[in-house]
Amino acid sequence: MTRKLPAKDAVIIGLGWTGSILAEALTRAGLDVVAIERGPWRDTATDFPTTYAPDELRYRVRHDLFLRPAQETMTFRNNSSQTALPIRSWGSFMPPNGVGGGGLHWNAETWRFLPSDFELKTHLTQRYGAKALPEDMTIQDWGVSFDDLEPHYDKFEYLCGTSGKAGNIKGAKQEGGNPFEGARARDYPTPPQKQPYGPTLFAAAAREMGYHPFPQPSGNLSQAYTNPLGVALGPCTYCGFCEWFGCGNYSKASPQTTLLPVLVRRPNFEARTLCEVSRINLDGSGKRATGVTYVDSSGEEWEQPADLVLLCAFQLFNVHLLLISGVGTPYDPNTGQGTIGRNYSYQVTSSINGFWSDKNFNPFVASGAIGYCIDEFNGDNFDHGALGFVGGGYMGAVMTNGRPILGTFLPKDTPNWGAAWKKSLAENYLGAYQFATHGSCYSYRDAYLDLDPTYTDRLGRKLLRINFDFHPNELKMSQYLTDRLGEIVQKMGPRQFDKKPRKGPYTITDYQTTHTCGGAVMGADPKASVVNRYLQSWDVPNLFVTGATSFPQNAGYNPTGTVCALAFWAADALVNQYLKHPGPLVPA
Amino acid sequence: MSGTGRVLSALLALALLGGIALAADSDRLHDETAHNRQNFDETERGRYLATLADCTGCHTKPQGGAFMAGGYPIQTPFGTLISPNITPDIDTGIGAWSDDDFVNAVQRGRARDGAHLYPAMPYTAYSKMPRADVLAIRAYLATLPPVHNAVVSNQLPFPFRIRASMIAWNALFFHDEPFRGDPKKSGEWNRGAYLVAGPAHCGACHNSKNFLGGDTSNGMLRGGVLQGWNVPDLTEDQRTGLAGWSVDDIVAYLKTGHNRISFASGPMAEVIRASTSHWHDDDLHAVAVFLADQPAPEQPSPPAVAKTDPAMTVGQAIYVDECSACHARNGAGAPNMFPALKASPIVQSSDPTTLTRVVLHGTQNVVTAAAPTGPSMPAFGWKLTDRQTAAVLTYIRNAWGNAAPAVDAGQVSKLREAQAGN
Amino acid sequence: MMRRRELLAGTALGLALFAAPAGARTIAGALPWQPDAGTPPNQVMPGPWKFFTADEGAAIEALVDRLIPPDPKTPGGKDAGCALFIDRQLAGPYGSARGLYMRPPFQEGTKQQGDQSPLTPAQRYRKGLTALDKHCRDAFAGKSFAQLTDAQKDDIIGQMEKGPLTLEGISAAGFFEQLLKNTQEGFLADPIYGGNRDMVGWKMIGFPGARYDYRDWIDRHNERYPLPPVGIGGRPEWNPT
Repeated sequence: MTRKLPAKDAVIIGLGWTGSILAEALTRAGLDVVAIERGPWRDTATDFPTTYAPDELRYRVRHDLFLRPAQETMTFRNNSSQTALPIRSWGSFMPPNGVGGGGLHWNAETWRFLPSDFELKTHLTQRYGAKALPEDMTIQDWGVSFDDLEPHYDKFEYLCGTSGKAGNIKGAKQEGGNPFEGARARDYPTPPQKQPYGPTLFAAAAREMGYHPFPQPSGNLSQAYTNPLGVALGPCTYCGFCEWFGCGNYSKASPQTTLLPVLVRRPNFEARTLCEVSRINLDGSGKRATGVTYVDSSGEEWEQPADLVLLCAFQLFNVHLLLISGVGTPYDPNTGQGTIGRNYSYQVTSSINGFWSDKNFNPFVASGAIGYCIDEFNGDNFDHGALGFVGGGYMGAVMTNGRPILGTFLPKDTPNWGAAWKKSLAENYLGAYQFATHGSCYSYRDAYLDLDPTYTDRLGRKLLRINFDFHPNELKMSQYLTDRLGEIVQKMGPRQFDKKPRKGPYTITDYQTTHTCGGAVMGADPKASVVNRYLQSWDVPNLFVTGATSFPQNAGYNPTGTVCALAFWAADALVNQYLKHPGPLVPA
Repeated sequence: MSGTGRVLSALLALALLGGIALAADSDRLHDETAHNRQNFDETERGRYLATLADCTGCHTKPQGGAFMAGGYPIQTPFGTLISPNITPDIDTGIGAWSDDDFVNAVQRGRARDGAHLYPAMPYTAYSKMPRADVLAIRAYLATLPPVHNAVVSNQLPFPFRIRASMIAWNALFFHDEPFRGDPKKSGEWNRGAYLVAGPAHCGACHNSKNFLGGDTSNGMLRGGVLQGWNVPDLTEDQRTGLAGWSVDDIVAYLKTGHNRISFASGPMAEVIRASTSHWHDDDLHAVAVFLADQPAPEQPSPPAVAKTDPAMTVGQAIYVDECSACHARNGAGAPNMFPALKASPIVQSSDPTTLTRVVLHGTQNVVTAAAPTGPSMPAFGWKLTDRQTAAVLTYIRNAWGNAAPAVDAGQVSKLREAQAGN
Repeated sequence: MMRRRELLAGTALGLALFAAPAGARTIAGALPWQPDAGTPPNQVMPGPWKFFTADEGAAIEALVDRLIPPDPKTPGGKDAGCALFIDRQLAGPYGSARGLYMRPPFQEGTKQQGDQSPLTPAQRYRKGLTALDKHCRDAFAGKSFAQLTDAQKDDIIGQMEKGPLTLEGISAAGFFEQLLKNTQEGFLADPIYGGNRDMVGWKMIGFPGARYDYRDWIDRHNERYPLPPVGIGGRPEWNPT
């Protein structure tokens, strides 16, 4: 028996980065806001203090902070010739759960996309001709430009205190920064993090080869910082227990360390945790959201009415809820009709393991966003000419940890066990360094999300089904990036180095990144997008959908910077346009 | 209506009539309009005075208690007292009280029925306030929603529960005199002195106490131990007092909950949250000017524990492993986040009660509007033995130029027991 | 203790009218904080097996000591406590696959679709050790795995890893993979979990353990870090000699 609660002005589904950003903006505008979060409240002092946070087994190996597949999972298949099967235990990606979402245990690698990334279809067609793009590639322009988003990237970076070195301030190139980045109004709020030995050697080799290495922009702060809301963060101590872990000393930017202390003090804000939204409710016309229904931890069902519904959960769950709730039309890959679930993309990473006998890298001295990178081979920063692929990624010396169980790697052909394994581990631990490429993943007709016909979750709802594999374009790109990176590594003079370009088929078993994107993409054309340029649903104007769902394809960078810039952009539209005139902000 | 009810109603009617009649008398208007709830200026003045006096600190029960409705058990060295209900409720609050009843309670320590109040109610300090100010507070309290909450205050064990024992105590320790400033000092200094001695009743905690709970003769603002926390020394003592604090440091601490040296937690956190963070800036500055001028009696520093002492070696190992990620290897902490331990008065206080509590159970820096972060220290009690705790405390008390008596495992053990479930 | 949440009158009233759903934890007004908050791990205490039978325990000890053999510098898996580690893990939520999606139907898929077995880790070990024991007794005239020579043990392990050895009722390669993973976890996890005894695994490689502050070391390139490892439970230097 579902009980109906008093109405709120706005209900936010999921209290992660975008939920917190929108909650702050809307409560500041005077709205009565409730955020409904499936997972528990989490905070530094009560949930991941320094006294037991540095525990690789608990957090990295046993996934203590993450969603449990038993609570929600998806099915997966590479293509339609297969039967999709449940992801029974996480591998390729790690869905978050709890207040803070992925923002609690992310690397804090804080990137901006390139200007050309936002107008990708137009740009690539102009430069290389339509025939250069595979026939089944479905990339699109975003409907917003880098310049639209620049002030909002800035807002996010200053919220976090991001540590970095600008490469282009108002058109003027800055020595030591990324020369390829879009023009920004001002430098980062704090200087770059200091770098350990490995990245400095990489940067020297890259410079010798004519590249322009720069420190990776980091949300693990180089110094104590107080943000515009008055919330303070401490300096990162390079502990090497960053990604997968909560930060025990307030030095990683997260909703906890940047927003929540101010948000909870507002009398018009409430966080309701351990409650799972089971569906978004629509009225009879299907064009207006009336609120949400959720299930609390006792299994009781409640209806929370609201004038505005903000779908701010992790990308996969956003798409799942849209499908379950009957918003819009599900995508059918055979007919090409429908938009919900369409243009799902991921990230194409690769690595190179290098081994030195004469160097000590102290790999345990690191942060989640440490390192030097080069951007010469990202996006369309280089002439793809006759290379036979489009896309690219950053590459660099970005090893985040020296954790013994899963952070170690040995020369290829080392036995997996026994005396030889033991000896190799002992001899190589301090002198081994891992390099990475972080490549784009464009969208295709056959890469999509829909509902599984067979498997259900604990609430009896059909699981989300992931239909995805790497395409030749991405695999060619990964080989190319890995080869270019290999040239720099070779220049560093290792005893041995092993290149590991991304190979197909895509497997759900090995961790790569949690950068799942798309499924409710943004755009100018309602026939090819789910939300308009302000992340407002074309079908249901009082529903906004944030997150990486809005990416029509993924670029060669970590998504969070862009996800949060879009959230600030959408918050701005909500407060300054929508609340004044509720209704479609863009004519359909 | 019951007999008592009839009497009370009659009294109320009389009080109201008396009030209205008095209000009509323009000669005493400026005095008696203090309790006229229609007078917004007066009730606003009273609200600020109630903030200065921090009535809510005792009279509102934490975690869900109705505002000013009492019911908060207050631990005293002699047992528990429960704060009374001071909302305008007729039956269980002070709605039926006259102005004189209120003033007698607040400034003389006498309840309406003549019973003696215990000095947990700091009438000894409030006696220094002008009557008009006390009545302004009354006017403000009268605007609050009446809450029905019957409280039996006196939970003290025998013999302390005999209120008449206060007669002797008052004779010894209650000096019912108005505030006297120092004409040689500035107006601002005197305002600060008045606030400290009067409404803010700082001495109620910060004056050293004797075994009877009265102020010692030379202990003004010298601190002590109360309710399982150290009460810091507010004089200019080099090691344990405010010698290293500028006037701005003191203001920042009271207004935001921390400054570049110290971060408030424990009972002072309550005071900052409910009272000082809401003060006007000039009042904070006045208090700071006064405190910065409080001389400390000459007293020799204890010798620092030698670096080679085994406790220091062990303590340093633990410190480097467990504490430096926030407090830094050199004890400097981090600005706006983690207190410096080097040159810290609390770290060097002769009694290690607060230090032990904070290490064993953790603590949270008070959250204020100006400083909303509330960084917290985790609990180490499950991780460190009594010996290890004692070693690391000895280390921080004697490293980086600090000097304070060593802590031993026995002290930690006793405090751990005393603090269990607390 | 004097702890107070700032409750504005309006909020308090609002919550009182519609009591927050019993199965929700509502946060409003202040950051929740309590002294002694948190869920620290429990120290594994050595003692009798909690999961393995005596025979299984002997087999596991023999297995881990070949997967990570002892050498003059560093103990092997057995003395490092890997068997104790695995035992305690299997006796806990990890062993019962708590939190994993274990709903039917179970069907085998492609390698890319990951493990689709309905077996929990605890069940895998039980089946695997039983089958291994049977194989050994059949192939080696009644001897258990633990009673074989090192060379024989290594041979069997190698054949489980790469074939052609098969085990009754369970994939040999799958069992080997599970066992190897848990053994290496045990060797390198925090000693609070029963393995990596005296931090021998960390000492072997030069990992300083559960430390949290390397600010003094970020600029010291190519220098050996001098401090010994520390676990969540401390290190010997925390206790005076």
